[in-house]
Amino acid sequence: MDKMPKWADIVLIPLISLMLAFAASGLVVLAIGENPIQAITVMVKGALGSTSGLGYTLYYATNYMFTGLAVAVAFHARMFNIGGEGQAAIAGVGATLVILAFDWPHWALALPFAIMGAALFGGFWAAVPAYLQAKRGSHIVITTIMFNFIAAAVMGFLLNGVLKNPNTQNAETVKFPTGAHLPTAHEFLAPLGINFSKSAPLNISFLLALLCAFLVWFLLWRTRLGYEIRAFGQSEKGAKYAGISAFKIIMISMFISGALAGMLSINVVMGEQERLIKEFVEGAGFVGIAVALMGRNHPVGIILAAILFGMLTQGGFELLWEMPNISKEVVLVIQGMIILFTGALDYMVRGPVEKLFLRMKKGA
Amino acid sequence: MDTANFFLQALLTADMTIRVSVVLIFACLAGLFSERAGIFDIGLEGKMLISAFFTAAVSYQTGYIWYGVAAGIAASLVFALIHGVASITFRGNQLISGVAINFLASGLTVVIGHAWFKKGGLTPPLSDAGRFHEITLPFADALRDVPILGPIYADVISGHKLLVYVAMLIVPLTWWLLYRTRFGLRLRAVGENPASVDTAGVSVVRYRYAAVLIAGVLCGLGGAYLSTSQGAAFGKEMTAGRGFIALAALIFSKWRPWYALMACLLFGFLEAISNLFPNINVFGLFEIPVQFTQALPYILTVVILAGFVGKAIPPRAGGEPYVKER
Repeated sequence: MDKMPKWADIVLIPLISLMLAFAASGLVVLAIGENPIQAITVMVKGALGSTSGLGYTLYYATNYMFTGLAVAVAFHARMFNIGGEGQAAIAGVGATLVILAFDWPHWALALPFAIMGAALFGGFWAAVPAYLQAKRGSHIVITTIMFNFIAAAVMGFLLNGVLKNPNTQNAETVKFPTGAHLPTAHEFLAPLGINFSKSAPLNISFLLALLCAFLVWFLLWRTRLGYEIRAFGQSEKGAKYAGISAFKIIMISMFISGALAGMLSINVVMGEQERLIKEFVEGAGFVGIAVALMGRNHPVGIILAAILFGMLTQGGFELLWEMPNISKEVVLVIQGMIILFTGALDYMVRGPVEKLFLRMKKGA
Repeated sequence: MDTANFFLQALLTADMTIRVSVVLIFACLAGLFSERAGIFDIGLEGKMLISAFFTAAVSYQTGYIWYGVAAGIAASLVFALIHGVASITFRGNQLISGVAINFLASGLTVVIGHAWFKKGGLTPPLSDAGRFHEITLPFADALRDVPILGPIYADVISGHKLLVYVAMLIVPLTWWLLYRTRFGLRLRAVGENPASVDTAGVSVVRYRYAAVLIAGVLCGLGGAYLSTSQGAAFGKEMTAGRGFIALAALIFSKWRPWYALMACLLFGFLEAISNLFPNINVFGLFEIPVQFTQALPYILTVVILAGFVGKAIPPRAGGEPYVKER
């Protein structure tokens, strides 16, 4: 384990992978006859240049923190949860049912119950594949992918049926009661004398995401359960020998994972849309995989990676205006490259770096 | 419904089933080769998507369908090679590599298409020479008047595009290759017990690359079919999850070629049903919602995987990079 110093593992290698991913994406931009330096400048300016841009960036980052944490918690138990997309969607149904059930007097009362609704539904949607993995040995990756598609069908069924707002043509619910409105960044920063953009969707869920990141850190590195989850992820046999129940760890880690993915619906459905629409997750569940990889499955890394991905998403929309020849899907290319270099090609970067450090050590 | 009308509807459904199953067959066989050699491939979707785009784009640009198909297969092969390098040479996580490929395909097809054709990621509709046409099998018209069998031959079996027949031929070919040749025996062994193959002096790496590249060619054909036969242009995200349905069919078939054909036809039948008859009324009692029919392949896969209907046991070395002992 002492092949290289810790900082090289945590900072250097992700940074090199990130540079490679951006370089490869730059080549794509070059290939379609555009200037990659100009493109990245536009994106950064669009993401951070105004409070409106910043508000969108952090709004997307909030989503990615939730889904990134979701993937990470499962990863620590060596479960690859590709089902964040479906879990978040079903969690949206849970949050919606809670919010529409009462005429909430104040958001502070509605929020905890909506969180419970979302967590229960999202957790449940992850717990079924977890149960099938633990008891029947079905591969969690395939089952969670299937559950994404089943979730899409369930959403279509509900939003064209019982949950549909009868007054519109669209597959969506009625608007939420005003009592369930979450304060936006504009609203809660105004009393402090900060004039934050009114149009940006950033809301109080951002703080919820930071809280979740702290809780995940506390759970994984400061509690017995977290220790058991990590021990199970390191060595299933070793953990069993130590008396840790595989069934319990798989169920709990996947339920927490699904519940975390479900928190995305608090940000989007309750905080921004204020009604349930069909495709509100918009791929954020998959981006969570990239975020967790980039952030090395650690909450601090995930927060940073989520902000980076938030910048990319918001910057991508900005490209549309400044460089119309580049479509916003370039963000998908960058994300794909990041997943490829930090995830699948990790060894390609790690090998040479390890060798370099070994040689330096010998020289010293 | 009278009998004649029912027969007509059945013919229509059978014809549609074949049309929509072809993509699944190509993708499913691609996955079969890859997974039989021990390489998980959830990037089937991405490989088909990139091929669908390049086939349509190059066919449109050159006016020759075969240039398009070649370009599509080449693009799919590049992705297959990336998957191979990541998961075989650098022993990376095969699932993560597959996710990356799907992301790249979703992004690249729209970015390149948008810059190339300025149509928001779509390709322009293909000209006559730029796509495949129906092939009428011999005597189809002459035999049409034969009762029952005539229309089945003329409307269901005849009158498809070239790649449909190619797909149907690849199924027995795959079976023969896997079960009747030395190459196939070794390929399967590489997916079950790579160490033993290695001991016998056969290169595990070479066989795994071969399998991944075959999967690339098959996904290339699947993508080409999608944009030049099932449709006549490329559309954003036009694979629409078919790569994952193919994966489901692969599990359903327990990694065997003939069963794969059956599973793809079954899932194709479900797609045809949900296209032709959105809401099915069961004896006037209740209605089966279209979403249920659409979700059925996924639900069936979950049930199969859970071992409630027969047990699906994947190749034993699937997903594990092979590290040669030193």
